[in-house]
Amino acid sequence: MTIENLKYRFDGGKPTQGVTTIVGVLGSGNLEVMVEPAALGGACEIEVSTAAQGFGKTWQAVMKDFFARHRVGDIRISVNDAGATPAIVSLRLDQAIETYKGKGK
Amino acid sequence: MSRSYYESNARARIAGLLDANSFHEWLPAEARVTSPHLATLEQPAAFDDGVVIGQGSIAGKNIFIAAQEGGFMGGAVGEVHGAKIVGVLERAVRDHPAAVLLLLETGGVRLQEANAGLIAVSEVMRAILSARAAGVPVVVVIGGQYGCFGGMGIAARCASAIIMSEEGRLGLSGPEVIETARGVEEYDARDRALVWRTVGGKHRYLIGECDAIVPDSMEAFQQAIMTCIENGDDWSLEALKQEHQLLNERVKRFGTCKDGRDIWRELGWADPISIAMMDNDEFVKAAQGHRTKNN
Repeated sequence: MTIENLKYRFDGGKPTQGVTTIVGVLGSGNLEVMVEPAALGGACEIEVSTAAQGFGKTWQAVMKDFFARHRVGDIRISVNDAGATPAIVSLRLDQAIETYKGKGK
Repeated sequence: MSRSYYESNARARIAGLLDANSFHEWLPAEARVTSPHLATLEQPAAFDDGVVIGQGSIAGKNIFIAAQEGGFMGGAVGEVHGAKIVGVLERAVRDHPAAVLLLLETGGVRLQEANAGLIAVSEVMRAILSARAAGVPVVVVIGGQYGCFGGMGIAARCASAIIMSEEGRLGLSGPEVIETARGVEEYDARDRALVWRTVGGKHRYLIGECDAIVPDSMEAFQQAIMTCIENGDDWSLEALKQEHQLLNERVKRFGTCKDGRDIWRELGWADPISIAMMDNDEFVKAAQGHRTKNN
């Protein structure tokens, strides 16, 4: 098993305040998502480390959808994945962002 | 609403057991203290190496805590994971909290880390004993899906007290390991009733290996933890001699038993099969006078 590392950056998001958050577990078919505040000039940077190779295009699509849903900026998202399906990834990302924002209130 | 300990992950367990907002994490996920061994093997590594550690309070009492995440590699102990638990215990020797709480959920050594993992587990055992020697009670909680097995099963028994739920399992070799080594005729790991009457919470309670058995809710675990802390930690020479005597008697009394049910019968249960169906309160009441230790 080798790991594939993927990086995405989305510009033009709304700077979003919050407290560093981690949700999910790096278990089979699951993933952990960490959201941290970061001064990125309004950008959202996402780093994915996944055990499943060759799914770059799928990740790209899932992340693009995520950014379209939330348009969050000035945050860094780090993902450790153990073969989660796209639907699970989307739900975890939503959960992570909600928790991040909720804690920041 | 009472929340299930069994269904929660490590972080939710800490949040559920400690006073609200009292938890301060040491080496949190964002510190990214991850396993160097898994990186070498090109395996995904969790940000916290599968264990959450820190400080908080229960009913205002200062508590140090470590919670293993069973969902990550079965809670297996790697070098970093083990060092984090050891760090909590060594800090307890220095700072004297009211107790150290170990929420164990683990298959034991992380085999990918080989000797580093083995050494880590033995260091955890030594650190538990150091904390107890310094007068800090170490309370182990076992109530997760993956149980507590391997070297960490031994580590658990080095603690001051163990609290389990019926769903919890405690042992050395896990069911699959026994089946693989000795054959399915010896032990069928898929026979859940057999597994639970060998390593499950009720059996461990009856043979005196866990000190309290509770229903699967955060409140019940919390209450049992408070009681264990209040009871303190007796490991005087007298207490150790008594423990050894109990173990000697156990071998004599149950040495020829083939099944958990034989042991229960020997303990005076007229209808051992009924034990599995009892709810927790009913079971604890019925167990009075029918376990190797007094209640």
